[in-house]
Amino acid sequence: MRHIISILIENEAGALSRVAGLFSARGYNIESLSVAPTEDASLSRMTLVTRGSEQIIEQITKQLNKLVDVVKLLDLTEGEHIEREIMLIKVRAASNGEREEVKRLADIFRGHILDVSRVTYTVELTGDTRKLDSFIRALGDIPILETVRCGSMGIPRGERSLHL
Amino acid sequence: MELSGAEILVQFLKDEGVECVFGYPGGSVLHIYDELYKQDEIKHILVRHEQAAAHAADGYARTSGKPGVVLVTSGPGVTNAVTGIATAYMDSIPMVVITGQVPTAVIGSDAFQEVDTVGITRPCSKHNFLVKDARDIASTLKKAFHLATTGRPGPVVVDVPKDVTDPGVKVPYSYPETISMRSYNPRVKGNARQIRRAVSLILSAKRPIIYSGGGVILSGAADSLTELARMLGVPVTSTLMGLGGYPATDRQFLGMLGMHGTYEANMAMHECDVLIAIGARFDDRVTGKIEQFCPDAKIVHIDIDPASISKTVKVDIPIVGDVDSVLTEMLQLLRNSDSALDQEELKLWWELIERWRATNCLAYDHDSELIKPQFVIEKLWEITGGDAFITTDVGQHQMWAAQFYRFDKPNRFVTSGGLGTMGFGLPAAMGVQIANPGSSVACITGEGSIQMCIQELSTCFQYMLPLKIINLNNRYLGMVRQWQEFFYGSRYSHSYMDALPDFVKLAESYGHVGICIQSPADVEGALREAFSMKDRLVFLDFITDQTENVYPMIAAGKAHHEMEMSPKSVLI
Repeated sequence: MRHIISILIENEAGALSRVAGLFSARGYNIESLSVAPTEDASLSRMTLVTRGSEQIIEQITKQLNKLVDVVKLLDLTEGEHIEREIMLIKVRAASNGEREEVKRLADIFRGHILDVSRVTYTVELTGDTRKLDSFIRALGDIPILETVRCGSMGIPRGERSLHL
Repeated sequence: MELSGAEILVQFLKDEGVECVFGYPGGSVLHIYDELYKQDEIKHILVRHEQAAAHAADGYARTSGKPGVVLVTSGPGVTNAVTGIATAYMDSIPMVVITGQVPTAVIGSDAFQEVDTVGITRPCSKHNFLVKDARDIASTLKKAFHLATTGRPGPVVVDVPKDVTDPGVKVPYSYPETISMRSYNPRVKGNARQIRRAVSLILSAKRPIIYSGGGVILSGAADSLTELARMLGVPVTSTLMGLGGYPATDRQFLGMLGMHGTYEANMAMHECDVLIAIGARFDDRVTGKIEQFCPDAKIVHIDIDPASISKTVKVDIPIVGDVDSVLTEMLQLLRNSDSALDQEELKLWWELIERWRATNCLAYDHDSELIKPQFVIEKLWEITGGDAFITTDVGQHQMWAAQFYRFDKPNRFVTSGGLGTMGFGLPAAMGVQIANPGSSVACITGEGSIQMCIQELSTCFQYMLPLKIINLNNRYLGMVRQWQEFFYGSRYSHSYMDALPDFVKLAESYGHVGICIQSPADVEGALREAFSMKDRLVFLDFITDQTENVYPMIAAGKAHHEMEMSPKSVLI
């Protein structure tokens, strides 16, 4: 099953490699990983998407908690939560048909066209992983020149929150 | 007080109460060694290879109750020490390893003797640090000692670039009495409700067994465990790491369990209805085939490391906490409890166990004209009154040591259980002897393992460490040979030790006493002679039966009740 785990970790050199190293050493898979400092500069917030049986996920959370730099973590999948990811995608838009189709799709998916050239459009899209995947499928025959995604970020709904 | 980084480092170690450092100098740690030169409070033991420094600190830690401290230089100093750090990590041994690093200005430039120490040691240490400022040395070392010695113990590496210890740069120093780390708060006290649930499950058992591990030793819980087992009257089995946690000569002790465990221990595991796992981690050498592990049992598991619980075997009642603290609470509950184990059922259980015990699964040929390795260890046990500190290397001799040297006290058996590091025994014995001057320390080894750190005979001479080396010399990498005999059609691929040195002359050339023993009749005399030489290292080279195998044995992938038995044991 897919799990999305939020981690508060000491904002120190090497902290990211401890998490990444743990996953490779123990053979767990990382679907995506995003990390940036929080409002408290001494802390980073990491969102990690992984898959595994209940037993593996239990081990993953225990092993993460065991890392000295990990201050706190929360498996968002255990409750209601919001998940978002940003994608920047550059597609070929040379003909009138392509340009119209991409513009229309971007509108439908509530995306923005950030950059335009004679033969390309670069679209910014926000949503959960499934929505971004759908957009790529919807492009159909329109050639994709490059895709960059930040990986999922998540936050619990309601009053539940991950803080110190 | 204004001090240089090197002065702070050495002063901190004194303030922390460190008495002994195992190390080897080199470029990046010269400032620190210069400070060591100027003082005589901290004793420095100069090893001959950095791997030995870590193993010696490991042996010291296991038998002194204090963390071991290692000091090595950057680059090869670190990579050599890695085997010793990984060994300590797998066995949860408290250790602080201070490593020199190239100056901060050249880190990352592939400088001479540079390696990424933090990167290399990350997966084999409990935690590690790179100190970038002399002002951070004291607080970082304090954290390192705190991490190494609390919770589930382990080695912590502190990497110190050379410029950080520059004698020309002085910064303020005061010893940090306490340290707080918001992200590290190991749980000591077990959950009271879980403990109550565990006690009531235990009291409902018909065929209970205690499976005790290294956590009992690390937690100092041997007395509590013994009291619990005696109060309940239940059988106790132990992992390799747990030996000595319960007196081995006691009737309630069934011996070690697992791959080379006793018939009675493994059968009792297979048939039990309540398993009380204490400070043990369900290692693959213990469980055998996981699907058939204790098929009828409800499992209670006490461990300080939450990640050890339900890692390989799903348990019914987990209790996270320090073993001694949890056992103390359990004892309290049991003392005040109205209910008790069903004594009729317990009697039937013991009758069954005694029938298993009657197979005499550790029997071996006493009439052989060749020296049987088991016989040597039995005699060693007799002659030392069962009270010596025993270190081992890894292989057949290690298993025989575990089976035939019956440990009645904790912290007496020093062996590389998790990593299985050949070369561990001799340097570990040095650390044990330094922590316990005047005590009998024997290293049970084989001609394969001993050659992996043989250079330490020189260290032993320098510090006059009167170890007794029990070399069970069968001219084979015995455990490899055994597997090749059983599973590879007796094709002994590279397991024969050809061109062995004359160990007697070798010992003598290092300034020690060497004795070669070829006949069973001479075993006892040689051991007595060796132990009568209180101030000399004696290398006893026992030429043993080449074909002897370790029994019983559970082959890889088999379950506890599927043991290969010795031809000498009694079939039932």
